[in-house]
Amino acid sequence: MNTFTKAILLVAALGASACTNPNRFGDADAGAGIDTAARDQNAIIPGSVNDPTSVAYFQQAVGDRVLFAVDQSTLTAEGRTTLDGQAQWLLVNSDYLAVIEGHADEQGTREYNLALGARRANAVMEYLVSRGVPANRLKFVSYGKERPIEICSEEACYAKNRRAVTIISAGSGLTG
Amino acid sequence: MNRIVVSLMLAAAMLLSPAITLAQSGPLRIEITEGVVEPMPYAVPSFVAETPEAQQYADQVSRVVAEDLTGTGLFREVPRDAHISSVTSFAAPVAFADWKAINAQALITGAVSTDGSGRVVVKFRVWDVFAGQELGQGMQFASTADGWRRLAHKVADQVYARLTGESPYFDSRVVFVSETGPKNERAKRLGIMDYDGANVQYLTSDQSIVLAPRFSPNGDRVLYTSYETGFPRVHVLTVGDVQSRILQSGDGVMSFAPRFSPDARTVIYSLTQGSNTDIWAMDIATGATRRLTSSPSIETAPSYSPDGSRIVFESDRSGTQQLYIMSAAGGEATRISFGQGRYGTPVWSPRGDLIAFTKQNAGRFHIGVMRTDGSEERLLTASFLDEGPTWAPNGRVIMFARETQGAQGASALYSVDISGRNLKRVRTPAGASDPSWGPLQ
Repeated sequence: MNTFTKAILLVAALGASACTNPNRFGDADAGAGIDTAARDQNAIIPGSVNDPTSVAYFQQAVGDRVLFAVDQSTLTAEGRTTLDGQAQWLLVNSDYLAVIEGHADEQGTREYNLALGARRANAVMEYLVSRGVPANRLKFVSYGKERPIEICSEEACYAKNRRAVTIISAGSGLTG
Repeated sequence: MNRIVVSLMLAAAMLLSPAITLAQSGPLRIEITEGVVEPMPYAVPSFVAETPEAQQYADQVSRVVAEDLTGTGLFREVPRDAHISSVTSFAAPVAFADWKAINAQALITGAVSTDGSGRVVVKFRVWDVFAGQELGQGMQFASTADGWRRLAHKVADQVYARLTGESPYFDSRVVFVSETGPKNERAKRLGIMDYDGANVQYLTSDQSIVLAPRFSPNGDRVLYTSYETGFPRVHVLTVGDVQSRILQSGDGVMSFAPRFSPDARTVIYSLTQGSNTDIWAMDIATGATRRLTSSPSIETAPSYSPDGSRIVFESDRSGTQQLYIMSAAGGEATRISFGQGRYGTPVWSPRGDLIAFTKQNAGRFHIGVMRTDGSEERLLTASFLDEGPTWAPNGRVIMFARETQGAQGASALYSVDISGRNLKRVRTPAGASDPSWGPLQ
């Protein structure tokens, strides 16, 4: 097994943990440890943000999330641009699966926000499918208002919490 | 979880005095329908310990009785240091003049004993001081030692019922979500406790997010939503052995907001498929499911009427969250909320007369009640975030969660009368949300 394959498997493991651990929400640091551990000025470091096949690249260069207006699940023009990039990445990196996590800000009741987060995640999923990503590589889940990333009670935080985040993980092609 | 059995019996010795039934003309009655402005003064001297082992319980039992009664806001305890008489024997005649002198309108006397098998026995009498009469009959309750607080709640329930004419609620439990950690990493687990926050036990670990537990009508099971599988799913947990199982599963869907029917045979819940959330019903014995709503909007937070014939729920089919009532079989729904703002989390009162709800308006959250036709809306609370009302078994008190604002925001449980009076925090060991008030035990 060469170094490159090992690195891919390591990335795959990180992706899988991000998928199954409910306390991780695709935070942008997931690939950063590899970046610093194997820093090399000139080479494309497998798994780093400058490796276009990496999780870190997907999260940071492509953009793993889109934001929504208050009580809305309509994709913005900016959101659609991000999702075009996500779809393209998923089509090129066809071994990856994705779970889309929908979230709401805290200004709402718990059950309604769960349903609202689902609407947002589903809007992302349907858009990715419309751009050619096979539906069987995609799932969605809503966390409602249970997992804000920003914790202040002001619009600046709420705006970032009303989000749908695409969490990618290794598909059968890498693990099987 | 080992629950005690409380036996209820008339003490034979007490029947020696002719039973004075509470006559209609009985003077000592507090009317709570419109809310009470002036609480009724009462006295509860320390209960008499009749065996050496009972000394550790006797005073505590009387204190819990006092906390229950005073905690309603309907009664005011005359402090012990104002007492003229002391009660040293349960059988001794009551010195009514001494209690009149300190304006105690009701007097509760009691005694605690232990038997050889480790059981605790509590007996009590309630006195109408100004009439110089016993109010109702003396009673006694027995339990294993770890149930001594329940004995106190039983006594307070009797006193409350005799003085208000209402059914009581002190010997009841609440299942809730215990919360620790910051807002962006909050750990949640199911807790169960006495209505007053005592005897907290945890029913799940905090490894998975759990939401909105709901007691079964007799308190033997709890429905809740857990992310244990990575996706929100309705689970059912048996309180006795703390075993849980997934009630509703299915790839690509989420299920949440469950509630039992009054006969405990059916569970109603929300199911999300694609962008659409609808209300479904499941026969809990067979697992057979039935779809009750079919509009493309969000339908969630269903709650049965006490007779099981209707369901109140929230929907944003009009464009914003509003409350609707439909037949328990589904079909056409009638909108009942028409005020300013958004309405959610409706819960039908156990008396059947009112719907409690969460209202969002002008950046504030409220707990409120309205009649089942939507009339006579009253807001009971206001704060940055009040949410998720649950009814006391007698339909007179509502418990809910209040979350404070900002980065350090935390959730706690509060209770309030349906009159809007007597708002107070329920003590919990950590943060708490999503209370569900169980039946009178």
